[in-house]
Amino acid sequence: MTARRILLGAAGAVVVVGALEAVSRAGLVDETSLPPASTVLKEAGKLAMDREFLVDVGATVREWLLGLLLAVLAAVPLGVLLGSVPLLGTASRALVELCRPVPSVALIPLATLLFSSPAQTNMSLIFYACLWPILVNTLYALRDVDPVAKDTLRAFGFSAPAVLWRVSLPSAAPFIATGVRIAASVALVVLISTELLVGGDNGIGIYLTETQQGGGRTDLMLAGACWAGVLGLLANTALTALERVAFRWHAARVEGIA
Amino acid sequence: MLAITGLTHTYTGGHTALDGLDLTVPDGQLLSIVGPSGCGKSTLLRCIAGLIRPTGGTLEMDGAPVDGVPDDLAVVFQDYSRSLFPWLTVRDNVAMPLRRRGGSRAERRAAADEALESVGLHDAARKYPWQLSGGMQQRVSIARALAYRPSLMLMDEPFGSVDAQTREDLEDLVLGVHRTGKMTILLVTHDIDESVYVGDRVVVLNRSPARVHADIPVGLPASRDQIETRGLPEFVRLRAEVGRLVRGGARVPGAAPADGLPADRGPDADGQAETGAG
Repeated sequence: MTARRILLGAAGAVVVVGALEAVSRAGLVDETSLPPASTVLKEAGKLAMDREFLVDVGATVREWLLGLLLAVLAAVPLGVLLGSVPLLGTASRALVELCRPVPSVALIPLATLLFSSPAQTNMSLIFYACLWPILVNTLYALRDVDPVAKDTLRAFGFSAPAVLWRVSLPSAAPFIATGVRIAASVALVVLISTELLVGGDNGIGIYLTETQQGGGRTDLMLAGACWAGVLGLLANTALTALERVAFRWHAARVEGIA
Repeated sequence: MLAITGLTHTYTGGHTALDGLDLTVPDGQLLSIVGPSGCGKSTLLRCIAGLIRPTGGTLEMDGAPVDGVPDDLAVVFQDYSRSLFPWLTVRDNVAMPLRRRGGSRAERRAAADEALESVGLHDAARKYPWQLSGGMQQRVSIARALAYRPSLMLMDEPFGSVDAQTREDLEDLVLGVHRTGKMTILLVTHDIDESVYVGDRVVVLNRSPARVHADIPVGLPASRDQIETRGLPEFVRLRAEVGRLVRGGARVPGAAPADGLPADRGPDADGQAETGAG
């Protein structure tokens, strides 16, 4: 099943790359504005060896992970609190729904004022963008914990904190993990956008800006963008695999193996 | 001994589920509680379990008033798949409540294995609940209750979600557990045959709001058999009697009819009873 999935996924990529190549080679578009896919892939291959580009990737990955980690550390406890105390949950609901759709990019001016270094600016914006998917997933997962499961431990005389720890958190965990996975993809998009807009020393977004200076190299820009895509794909695959292993019970239940 | 006096519960929405219910259960009795669906049987059980705080009345266990969850109580819910924790193995599910009792991990595991053995599931200890059939999952729930060594076990329609054959097996399992464990068991059911087959005594509840409508001792031999017991004239008589009472056509001297004659209602119950009487 997985082999088939990988094969199909690869086939889809090959078809799209082939189509792009054909469009460019046939002269339907100008070769400098859309270079042939083969050229882009060749440049992407070269970039993998390029020390400077790797420094950029390293900077992006570091800010990405740190921003995401900060968001997890803040959003999970907050979500648990708001999800398990109905009064707080109701009181915060409007605020959460109000802040959630505000795009991080809109907060760039504020973040540049608040933080001196671009790295801090970037991380604060990732933090903001990641906070909501994790917070909302945690909050709803806690609210939706099966009352029968909670009553079971309550009837055995377990205290409310014990029920939270032994029932609510484990049963909410798969949904929290999904929130983190969604946040990871969002964070990458936000990070590269802010790098493009804010600037800084190193980062994939900075590299992309540099490719456009002095004549502009679309092939290099697209090659860099490819690597950003690969990072996103790797993160998503790794997190999905982690979820499958850690929450086998959840997958088994959802897929109805029982 | 469990003594319930004037137990009343009105939900926040205004629905009165229990209205001045009195019930005394001596130690070691297996009491079946039967009544029309939606009559407040589950509310009664949840009040006894301390899961909801009744709006009126008192609960006493062995003479001491109970506020909150009584000690030495175990509940078996109808919905085993929701009551068992899918992230824990069968053994860890059974051992979980024992954390309240202290003891080492090894002791808890040993107690869990012993309880699983007693319900015939010793090979399933390392499996996950969702890898088992419905009947086996309910056995795990029962094992979990047994491992806790409760003095009072509450069972809320425990066999409502399993097939007929499994149901009979589980009824016999409960009878066996009751014989060896000497605990008090309150078993809520809407199945009239089942209430007579497993019970030492059957209490029939009124339609909502619930009060005790009839209290019937079961004069069947202690050792019961699915085929033989159900063929005994006494079983047939009791089943018919309980059936009539549940349906509301009381033919028993002293028992009030359940289908809404004014004499049967408290002065404060008007307006509430219509919901359940339809």
